[in-house]
Amino acid sequence: MTTPLLEVRGLKTVFHDLAGAWPAIDGVDLAIQPGEIVGLVGESGSGKSVTGFSLVQLIDPPGEVVAGDVLFKGEDLRQASEERLRSLRGDRIAMIFQDPLMTLNPVLSIGEQMSEAILEHRKCSRQEALTEAAKALSRVGIPSPETRLKQFPHEFSGGMRQRVAIATALLNAPDLIIADEPTTALDVTIQSQILFEVQKLSRETGTAVLWITHDLAVVAELADRVAVMYAGRIVETGTVDDVLSTPRHPYTLGLLGSSAATVAPGERLKQINGAAPSINARPSGCPFRTRCERALPVCAQIDPSPQARDDGHSYRCHNPVPEGIAP
Amino acid sequence: MSAYILQRLIQSVLVLLAVSIVVFLAVYGIGDPIELLVPPQVSAAERAAMIRRLGLDLPVWQQYLSFLGSALKGDLGTSFVHGVPAVELILARLPATFELVLLAMGLAAVIGVPLGLLAGLNPESRPSRAIMAGTILGFSLPSFWKGMMLILLFSVALGWLPTAGRGETVSILGFQTSLLTLNGLKHLTLPALNLAIPNMALMIRLVAAGTTEAMTQDYVKYARAKGVRRQRIVGRHVLRNILIPVVTVAGMEFGSLVAFSTITETVFAWPGMGKLLIDSIYHLDRPVVVAYVMLATLLFVVVNFLVDVLYAALDPRVKLTGEMA
Amino acid sequence: MTQPKAAAPAVAAYADTPLRRKVLRRIRNRPTTRGAIVLLGIFVLLALLAPFIAPQNPHDLASLSVMDNRLEPGAQGMTGITYWLGTDAQGRDMLSAILYGLRTSLLVGLTSTAGALVIGVAAGLVAAQFGGAIDAAIMRVVDFMLGFPSILIALVLLASIGRGVDKVIVAIILVQWAQYARLMRAAALVERRKEYIEAAVNFGLPTRHIMLVHLLPNSIGSVLVISTISIATAITLEATLSFLGVGVPVTQPSLGLLIANGFEFLLSGEYWIAAFPGIALVLLIMSLNLVGDRLRRSFNVRGP
Repeated sequence: MTTPLLEVRGLKTVFHDLAGAWPAIDGVDLAIQPGEIVGLVGESGSGKSVTGFSLVQLIDPPGEVVAGDVLFKGEDLRQASEERLRSLRGDRIAMIFQDPLMTLNPVLSIGEQMSEAILEHRKCSRQEALTEAAKALSRVGIPSPETRLKQFPHEFSGGMRQRVAIATALLNAPDLIIADEPTTALDVTIQSQILFEVQKLSRETGTAVLWITHDLAVVAELADRVAVMYAGRIVETGTVDDVLSTPRHPYTLGLLGSSAATVAPGERLKQINGAAPSINARPSGCPFRTRCERALPVCAQIDPSPQARDDGHSYRCHNPVPEGIAP
Repeated sequence: MSAYILQRLIQSVLVLLAVSIVVFLAVYGIGDPIELLVPPQVSAAERAAMIRRLGLDLPVWQQYLSFLGSALKGDLGTSFVHGVPAVELILARLPATFELVLLAMGLAAVIGVPLGLLAGLNPESRPSRAIMAGTILGFSLPSFWKGMMLILLFSVALGWLPTAGRGETVSILGFQTSLLTLNGLKHLTLPALNLAIPNMALMIRLVAAGTTEAMTQDYVKYARAKGVRRQRIVGRHVLRNILIPVVTVAGMEFGSLVAFSTITETVFAWPGMGKLLIDSIYHLDRPVVVAYVMLATLLFVVVNFLVDVLYAALDPRVKLTGEMA
Repeated sequence: MTQPKAAAPAVAAYADTPLRRKVLRRIRNRPTTRGAIVLLGIFVLLALLAPFIAPQNPHDLASLSVMDNRLEPGAQGMTGITYWLGTDAQGRDMLSAILYGLRTSLLVGLTSTAGALVIGVAAGLVAAQFGGAIDAAIMRVVDFMLGFPSILIALVLLASIGRGVDKVIVAIILVQWAQYARLMRAAALVERRKEYIEAAVNFGLPTRHIMLVHLLPNSIGSVLVISTISIATAITLEATLSFLGVGVPVTQPSLGLLIANGFEFLLSGEYWIAAFPGIALVLLIMSLNLVGDRLRRSFNVRGP
């Protein structure tokens, strides 16, 4: 195996309140190879967004990254200075946020908001930056980009705004894009268009992508590898083929059973019982045991550690789903 | 755009009409119109003749119409004391008040916005708390008291600045201004500062609240994720958003600054229209009082209209359409 | 994962106390607020007892000795009386003048606030209850009133009706009722959407009963909180009007008028004639503001 572009070990981020410090993510391990698309899947509250922000150290009080290593091309970002982090963000590691309406500044033109991503990282003229921004817009399929640059966010549709965000992320040809549910707010046609384009752009430019989503169908369509997150840790990871065809963790199996894309037409969607535990009320032992049909007495005592196979498929479970029960 | 302007114009005319009725009723109805229009020193025969000539024996609505008619022609009566048209008298004092008000607005912005940013970026810090506590003083202490304290400190105790009057003025485009002579500026400093203080406090509060709120917005986090430097985030992303309410409020406060200049002008014996109003009230020179109210209303209406247009220019989301109002 | 078990019940117990007690506790625990409350109490007491504790009746011209005019603080007068805070141009004892002035200032502040509160609350309640054209008419008048600086309205009104304690009160009521009407309407509209009011309406209770028994008591809280600060605003307005010479008459001077009388002597170094009433006025206004601001924050009421 080559050296990973990004390697995360034991990442822990807590949120403080008057009663104490509550871990939103606790011991996340993750590796992304250059040019690879990795899907990070989980329900809301599983800590997948916090993971994304923790990677680039964009966690604000009352949150705090308290443990773990984030090695980006061998450099530990947790030890990096604020200025070093700033020079990496948007340049080597770009981000795309969930809600493109909230993330674009309503009173600044698209051109200004795109060109600043270039001007804050490279010495070049405003005009050169705008020309590059226009190129990036046409690359994501936005017609008449020169006119569009002069417009303001409210003049764009939701899908168009998300394309702007993707084009902005591409401006500095980053090594890694962290995309936090960027297509959730869009309708299905536009969503698959964008997924197709992201995949194409990733292949063309060799940019690795961490795609955060709650939707396994998106991962199936887009990603090379998948990491399933539950209650602040990664419970199963492997290639998309392995994990989706032979899920070993009961939670992954449950997610598959509740996803419309993976269930045959006519068959009933299954629900996972209960809701994800909130960060200040996580069960002892395996945090999934309270919702798990396969829970054993040992699950309440001992938190299962990851069991890795040679092909990289790993899971954290005392009583894994037998192979061949795939939905 | 033009539909919106038309609608605003109609609104403005309605406000002016309403004020003219209220003022007419207040001064002519509650007060004695004869006292208002006939100088007290004339004889009884002259008095009766004047009442007839001025139409004061007519029904109220006819009197109002004739009042409105002359008002439209720019005639709001003649000052008893000065013997010149009231409008003329007020317009002659307008430049003095305007330079005071404009300098006060400038001071409020130049001092208020940076302090507000400072307080808004670190709301829990000691300097921020001190600034916010200071704004309570700025709001609540009576203006005349603050003016007296400024005089006591800078004029009586330190002897740095003069206490009264306008000082040397220079004529520019036919207007006298104190802004361009050192002596004039010295005279202008204390009254302008005194007038600026409540506005400054308002500015600080507004900017601080806006900054604190804006810093938690997703677009700030997104800008940080793009690697934008902090000074650009604050100076461009945040400030550009705060600018909209700040300019709007500053514009709307223009009217209240003109009103409050009556107090400041009285304390510092500044020969503006506010001082004229107070003097006219003392001397029962009621045509001047009426003219002042009508002109002040016209001023408020015009300023509010300009603020709306400016607001639309600053916020790309707002388009001036008829339905916005 | 360990959970701090002791913390949870403590938090719950605090939340269980009634809002009122929680707020009162928070107010008492602030030293500045506590100081302001004590100061306010002293001011009210001094104003009430002025006729009994003032060394002199400042309104009784016969008791004044013109020979004693503009004496320094602590000076002794012709009759052997000590003027602890000096005398003014008429030979009036400043301490007595301040005690009586405090009386006038508080009288005007409290009466006008009460008057404006009654009118404003009634107007706001009617607007919220009946809606439609009545609401539109009331709110149009309110917008109109709030569109002009209060000082200007009061000034012009007093210019046409003349000065006097009663007239100042009328002028302040006129400029202050509108903000209460707006606040009350907003609060009542929120309350009206609640289910118990709907239930009362469906139950066929008379409108007047709903307005006075349900709507009024449940939505007046925020208005009352704001009115604490408005007392300070009213006192400031009265002082300003009196300073400008259109407020209270010279026969019943308030703190503002005392300051105005002393203004001309300020420049010649006879500071006490203006300074002591000024200090009293500022302390009074500041303590009202501090208490009002704390109340507003404790009850989480947004200002007008």
